[in-house]
Parts: sequence; structure tokens; C-alpha cells
Amino acid sequence: MNMLPDGADALRKAVFDTLHRIAPEVLPDELESGVPLRDQVDLDSMDWLNFLLGLHAGLGVDIPEADYMKLVTLDDLFSYLEAKLGQSSVRR
Amino acid sequence: MRAAIIRKSAQTGYPRAHLLDYEAECRQFSWQRVSAELGIAPGGGINIGHAAVDRHLNTPVRDRTAFRFVGRDKRRRDFSYSELALQTNRFANALRALGVGRGDRIFILAGRIPELYIGVLGALKNGSVVSPLFSAFGPEPIRTRMAIGEGRVLLTTETLYRRKVSGITGDLPALEHILLVGENGARTRVPGTHDLATLMAAASDHFESERTSEDDLALLHFTSGTTGTPKGAMHAHGAAVTHFSTGRYALDLHADDVFWCTADPGWVTGTSYGIIAPLLHGVTSIVDEAEFDAEGWYRLLQEERVTVWYTAPTAIRMLMKAGTELARKFRFPALRFIASVGEPLNPEAVWWGEDAFGLPIHDNWWQTETGGIVIANTPAMDIKPGSMGKPLPGMQACIIRRPQDSGACEEITEPNVEGELALRAGWPSMFRGYLGQEERYRKCFAGDHYLTGDLAKCDEDGYYWFIGRADDVIKSAGHLIGPFEVESALMEHPAVAEAGVIGKPDPVTGESVKAFVSLKTGFAASDELNLELLGHARRRLGAAVAPKEIAFLPSLPRTRSGKIMRRLLKARELGLPERDISTLEADT
Repeated sequence: MNMLPDGADALRKAVFDTLHRIAPEVLPDELESGVPLRDQVDLDSMDWLNFLLGLHAGLGVDIPEADYMKLVTLDDLFSYLEAKLGQSSVRR
Repeated sequence: MRAAIIRKSAQTGYPRAHLLDYEAECRQFSWQRVSAELGIAPGGGINIGHAAVDRHLNTPVRDRTAFRFVGRDKRRRDFSYSELALQTNRFANALRALGVGRGDRIFILAGRIPELYIGVLGALKNGSVVSPLFSAFGPEPIRTRMAIGEGRVLLTTETLYRRKVSGITGDLPALEHILLVGENGARTRVPGTHDLATLMAAASDHFESERTSEDDLALLHFTSGTTGTPKGAMHAHGAAVTHFSTGRYALDLHADDVFWCTADPGWVTGTSYGIIAPLLHGVTSIVDEAEFDAEGWYRLLQEERVTVWYTAPTAIRMLMKAGTELARKFRFPALRFIASVGEPLNPEAVWWGEDAFGLPIHDNWWQTETGGIVIANTPAMDIKPGSMGKPLPGMQACIIRRPQDSGACEEITEPNVEGELALRAGWPSMFRGYLGQEERYRKCFAGDHYLTGDLAKCDEDGYYWFIGRADDVIKSAGHLIGPFEVESALMEHPAVAEAGVIGKPDPVTGESVKAFVSLKTGFAASDELNLELLGHARRRLGAAVAPKEIAFLPSLPRTRSGKIMRRLLKARELGLPERDISTLEADT
């Protein structure tokens, strides 16, 4: 499991809460953050889109379509969102 | 304001379209002549695996790329026709070594990896019957389909096996052999299974295809009805004749084409047109192993220089959502023809093709049961955006009123009058039955017509227009979902008393699955329970079939005979007037 930097707990929670609303069967502890998320969780194209839209709505982060390709693993997502948010806003 | 018709000129476009004179071609058409082109003598038999691959080995096509797999890491893997012949021979020999032969049923559950394609073609060469399953199915749809199909062999990946199959093998008494593909080329060591790579390495690459007849079963494709279990539509080796002819007329495949069919082989389009038709024509197919991604798709179209592209309305609408500017970052000079299937393509999407690619999108229509494209907008034909086009040569369609009894159907000859779309039976890729469900098969026919279950109309120029389904089947992202299968899974949850499932109109997927449930005494509706039910359904059914939305109701409306009135649920969801409420038993 990836060791996320201190203060990233709020971000983790936001990501997993969003995922939970789309795929409630997923247990976050069983996910490997370095493995493509969609290899571990059944998310069809609409689920994936709704997940990213949910993150946008929940975190107020703009995720342009052109960036979707970069977001494959949870690690990708965390570091992308961290960079966009900056640590201060993650802590809230 | 866009024009109602997109005019085509026979002079435009390169290469020259195969179907230039529609009327003449329809008049002169004969299935026998197409069969002869594929080397089928009357009564001489055909094997799809041979026709698609080995038939080319004595021609220059053997050195051409048959499949180019583009991995998620963008790495390319090419298989020439001759390489594909060797690999499929190995797979056929591996099956034979396991004692698997003609008529035995083989299920394949995998993403779009080379082993899937080699497995399908090798099994066909071996005379076995192949059923590809969509890898986004959950354990329950996999179990139901494999039980109906009495699969002896399952080819899958180690990951999918662990996630979806290992828990259901006890319910599949016919299943004898499980062949696993390891991750990233690694060998697998899972007790009770075989490592595919080891079997392939031990097998010879010489194989003589089974001499199957046109009527021997080749493929089993599952589809859904309103009630009961999924239906296994059986297709015979002779279906290749339709795949070949429609590849020519509807997709306009020419020898030097680079073709990309975006459908997954777990659905009939991905097999008929993602595997068989392009190989019959000796063209190069691109296979994208990644999931949908707008920019990734544009990049692939550009970099692989795709010439003919066959995709689906949901994907097109997702591309439209991503914006035309994204498309304009790329160049598509090689692209010359775009077709779409799965559900009616809205006129805006047909026109959007012009904006994004400089080409309109050509809608076509067919079903699992028809095995191949039946009605299409073809390259040289004027397009009426929103219409599915005209019946291809060799196909006869009409609009009928469904007979009340088993009598002959009544044809509606007046233009623009709604009725059920029916097809004159007997084309080569027509399904030969629903496995083990003879009665359901018989009900699809009236006189010499196959009744499609789709409501449509035909205009004064012979163009067909889709209206809707005649039954309660849900069409989401071009795939049919049976409400009964979803309801059954929900009913298994201890809190659920009754469940009714409908297709809720969705701007991107056409319809999305929405479930209404009422709860047993002692359970109270809550957000938590809603998510628990959603999770339960997704675990059982997988993302492709499970509902996207669940709503609680105190009780569900039923007919006097006790059937849940899905149409009423839908009417309410849409805020439409509620008809037929006189037959309601109780509705609180």
C-alpha cells in the first residue's frame, strides 16, 4: 500500500466516499493503490465518468477530459488531486 | 438548421463504394454467389476459423497484419494472418489434447487480449461452439450463461478467475477444464486449472480445421428477454456468408483498410465484426485493450490511420460530451467511413461526425438473433439522420402487425405507420434456436417471418426508423439487459420484498437501469440500505448489468394476475400519463 503523505487523509476519504456512492461493494482496504483501479473494481465507462464527476463536485477540482487518461491507479488519482488542491485545502 | 438529408454523390469518396446501385444490387443479389466467393461449394461445408484465417494463407494476405493489439501501455502487438494461423492451430490442438472436440462448448471471459481472439478462432477451427462473455459481467450472469450453455471449457485470465469464477465453479457440473492466462505473460499455478501458455507451448502449430457444415453450430451469443433466463442464440458456421457480405456492403471493407470495431467480443458485434468479418475480408483490425477514453480514442484513430471505424452511439455521445475541440486537436486524413450500431443514433450525433471528422456517421441496425447487419446507411446512399437506413441486399424487411395467434402476420404497407419490424427468414446468419428453449424460439416467428420485437416504421423512400422495444427489455449502451435478471438478484437480498426494473432514458447510454424495490416488514428505507442493495446487485451482476439507481416504494404496482407493471413504473418515472390502470390490483 502506498504511504500517502501526512495530511492526505481527508483526500483519501473524499475519494473513497465518492467511489462508495458508485460502487458500494468495494472495500477500500482491499484495493492496491498502484494497480489500475478498473482492474480491481467493476466500473463501466459511465461509472468511471460519474466517479470523476463526483470528485469534481465533491472536491471542487476541475478534471479536464484530457487528463482522464493519466488517472489509472489510485496513486495517480491521489497525486493528481493533491497537486491540484495543494496540501492546505486537503486538510480543510 | 441542419438539412433533413445528407446527400451523397457516387463520385465522391475513395475507394469506390461497393454498394453504388442499391436497387440493382438488391435485384441481382444471391447468397449462393457470396458463398462461392468464400469458396463454399453447394453442400461443401464451411468452417469460420478456416475461412477467416487459413483461407488467406496461399495469397499475399498471409503477410498482412490481421490484428494489431494496442495495449493499455500503448504497446503494440501485431499478428499477421500467417502468425494467427499458427497460434489458432496451437489452441485447437491444445483443446484436442484435452479431449475437447466438435460441438463441445467453450466459454471465453477476458478483456480484449490476443488470447481471446486466438481462443475464439482456434475453438472454431476445432469445431467447438464458442461463447464469448463480457468481462464486466459479475459472477451471477457468468454462472447463468455457463449453466445454460453447459460449457465444458472456460478460457479466462487468472485475475478474472479469482474475482468472478472461483466461487461459482461448484454450480457448473459440465465445466471440466479452466484455462488461465497469466498477468503480463506470467505462468499461472492455480490448483484445478491449466496454464494456457504451457498448453500452447506443448501443442503443435499444424492443424486441419474440422470440416463443419453450414448448419453446424459455431457461436453461442446470449441475449436477454423480458422474462426468464437469458437466451443463448445459436449461430452456425454458415453465418460467415452474411458476415462477409455485410462487411462489404455496410462497412465497405476494401483490401487495404485499417478497420477498428470498438465493440467487445462479449457482445455479438465484437465477434461478428470485431473478429470474423474483417478477417474474412483480409483487412487489418485494430484492437484497443484499454477502456473508453475520449483523447485515447482520437489518438488511436489518428496514429493507427484507421480507415473504417465501427462504433456505438454511447461512445459517440461520450465523445460529443468531451467537446469537438478535443477532436480538432487530431487529424484523421485516412478515415473514410464511420458506422454505428447498438441503438438509434440521434440526428445531432450523425451531424456531429461532420463537425469532428468531416464525415457523417452511418447508423445501422441488427440484433444478436440476426447475427449480422440487416438494415444500414451505406457509403453511397443519402442519409436521413435518425434513420437506420435500408435493408441490405439479401435481406427483406417489412413492418407488421403482430398476429394475435400463431397465424400469418399482417404487413403494413402504408408508409410511416408504426408496427413491429419483421424479416423474411432464411438468411445465413439467422439464429438457429435458443439453446434449450425451443418454445421461445418458435414464438419469434410468424409464417415465414422473424419478428424482431423492435417497433419501427418505414417511410415512403424505404428508410426504416426505430421507435422502441415491443417488450420491457432495457437497452443500455447498446446492450440488452433483461429486467428479470436484475430483479432476481435484488430479490435475493433479505431486505427486498419485491423489485421492478426499468430502463430510464439517459442522454449518453440511451437507457440506464433503474430499480424500484419495496422492503420486507422490519426493514426501513435509508441511504445506507440503498447503497447496500446497490453493492449487493453489483457484486452479483457486475457493472454492465446492475442498476445505476435504486428507489424505494411502499409497494410495486401489479396487474390483477400479479405481474409487476414495469411500464407503469416507467410512465411515472417519466411523468407520462398512466394508461391501463384499470388492471391494477393495488397501488399505494
